[in-house]
Amino acid sequence: MVRELEQYLRPGIGITTFCPGCGEAILMGLILRAIDELQLNMDEMLFVSGIGCAAWIPSPYFNADTLHTLHGRTIAFATGAKLVNPKLNVVVISGDGDLSDIGGNHLIHGARRNIDLTVICANNMNYGMTGGQVCSTTPLGAITMTTHQGNPYRPFDLCRLVKAAGAVYVARYAVTQPFALIKSLKKALQTTGFSFVEAVTPCPVQFGRRNNLGSPADMLKDIMSRCIMKDQAEKLSPEELKDRIITGVFRDEAD
Amino acid sequence: MGRHELKSILPAGSYYFSGDEAVAEGAIAARCGYCAGYPITPATETLERISVRFEKIGAVFMQMEDEIASICSCIGASWAGAKAMTITSGPGFSLMQEGIGYASFTETPVVIVNTQRSGPSTGQATRVGSGDIMQAKWGSHGDSQNIALSPWSVQELYDQTIRAFNLAERYRVPVLLMAEEATAHLRERIQVSEKVVLFHREKKAGAPPFGTRENDGVPPMPVFGEGEKLLVTGSTHDEFGVRRITDPVLQEKLVHRLHDKIRNNRRDIIQYENHYLEDATIAVVCYGFTARSSLFAVERLRDEGKKIGVVRLKTLWPFPEELISNIGAKMKKILVPEMNMGQVVGEVMKYACCEVIPYSQANGEIISPDTIIEQLRRL
Repeated sequence: MVRELEQYLRPGIGITTFCPGCGEAILMGLILRAIDELQLNMDEMLFVSGIGCAAWIPSPYFNADTLHTLHGRTIAFATGAKLVNPKLNVVVISGDGDLSDIGGNHLIHGARRNIDLTVICANNMNYGMTGGQVCSTTPLGAITMTTHQGNPYRPFDLCRLVKAAGAVYVARYAVTQPFALIKSLKKALQTTGFSFVEAVTPCPVQFGRRNNLGSPADMLKDIMSRCIMKDQAEKLSPEELKDRIITGVFRDEAD
Repeated sequence: MGRHELKSILPAGSYYFSGDEAVAEGAIAARCGYCAGYPITPATETLERISVRFEKIGAVFMQMEDEIASICSCIGASWAGAKAMTITSGPGFSLMQEGIGYASFTETPVVIVNTQRSGPSTGQATRVGSGDIMQAKWGSHGDSQNIALSPWSVQELYDQTIRAFNLAERYRVPVLLMAEEATAHLRERIQVSEKVVLFHREKKAGAPPFGTRENDGVPPMPVFGEGEKLLVTGSTHDEFGVRRITDPVLQEKLVHRLHDKIRNNRRDIIQYENHYLEDATIAVVCYGFTARSSLFAVERLRDEGKKIGVVRLKTLWPFPEELISNIGAKMKKILVPEMNMGQVVGEVMKYACCEVIPYSQANGEIISPDTIIEQLRRL
């Protein structure tokens, strides 16, 4: 099974840059499974990524056209390419810091315009590549390299943000929910219009370690225990939902 | 691919255009396929005209959320196969610098029109200036070699827009058209010829997109969607785009090639005009709108028998070092009038061995012929 996915990897790639225990390597596999199940033609795909750990998922590893861009500007680059060649299947893969901090303006405008892009956001709740600083998705109170006293600011709920801005498909799952995530990625890839999938992923080296979240396995278990389906979450009070990760499909215009 | 002659899209003839309109028509003649921008005085009229005209010719116009998105979407469009252009003025040009550096390092053909207004900062949005010349050279971090052109008339805004596309495609480089408010808002009659000579980027299947053994140093330019499995990155890369982020040899080699491909081809890139230099002992070295006033002033003084000539620079970057060095050897004095606090004059001082005198005017108004006459009389 795993060997079959090697056809989607650039020849000569031996190792990846992901840290031990990084959830983005899991996400990388899940994206390829979604592509494989849909039998997408890699020659018609363009993967656009920004700066940060998640930006390395497609570039250089995917054996397709890849555009590794400036920090935060993925959606703008992708928009130009898609408008010039609508036959390209354009997929943006980047991190939460890239897409929602420095690139937040482009994210909401991309969703508003509803250009046919699939945006996959690996949310590890901090800036991993630069050594674990606070970002717009870091939970309130979390310790990072730039919030030694705990993050004093509320995080973005990226799905609510992108849904409000007009995306036609919006979903969130954690990498601990592989089958749901593959299904969601497939749906996003097949959706015409701006589709957004947030993949919650552990960053044991930069985030977990500073917040006493234990080993990579402990972090996966922690995420698993905090995930709650949207339907169940609707029955709970805000206090009960504290620290929970609400997963599910938040918008699907095709439904 | 390569150089060829096509019908100009506007029917041949004479047109009464503003400079901003001429830029739009030049882009259409050059077969620009994608234009993105953000409204900004004094460049907005170009966007407005393009939004109407592109619809009719099947090209894509996009008003983006800011100038950063504008330049970045142009780079994406260029790699998807279109000739791409963005149009802005000072504040937007500042925002674009990171994108321009990315285009330089990834060898992406793209045209950036900077219709200069007076600055710094918001400055005087409706007034003229020429204060972005050094920014065109050094605005983005790191070393890069881009091409910057300086038009002096509405006709040249049309012609140089076409040339900007040709140079961008020929050398795979961002080309900066350093227009000025005074010419952008000027209305003049221009001639559109029936044919236009265009250069389209050269494609070669399977060839390395970021390296070449050809003397010109310009690799062929592939396009997304044709199975080339391209790796395009703003990180230091090898000839196939594979990131080499700590390799000193490759970093040095890449930066050198990117410099050399412009510097070694500067005879083809650099254009200028000499007026009345044969008997001159004093030269005015000038560019853009200031060259109009300078030529007018010099012709009046020559009527009085003064031996003064004019060198008008049409290309600012790469800088015409040899030209200035030769002129400096023949002249006693060179006057460099500029609508800034002295930018090109520093370059002239670097290469001319004679006395070089700056004249700076940064009041948001054009330098009048009378002012230049006064300056020349003092020499």
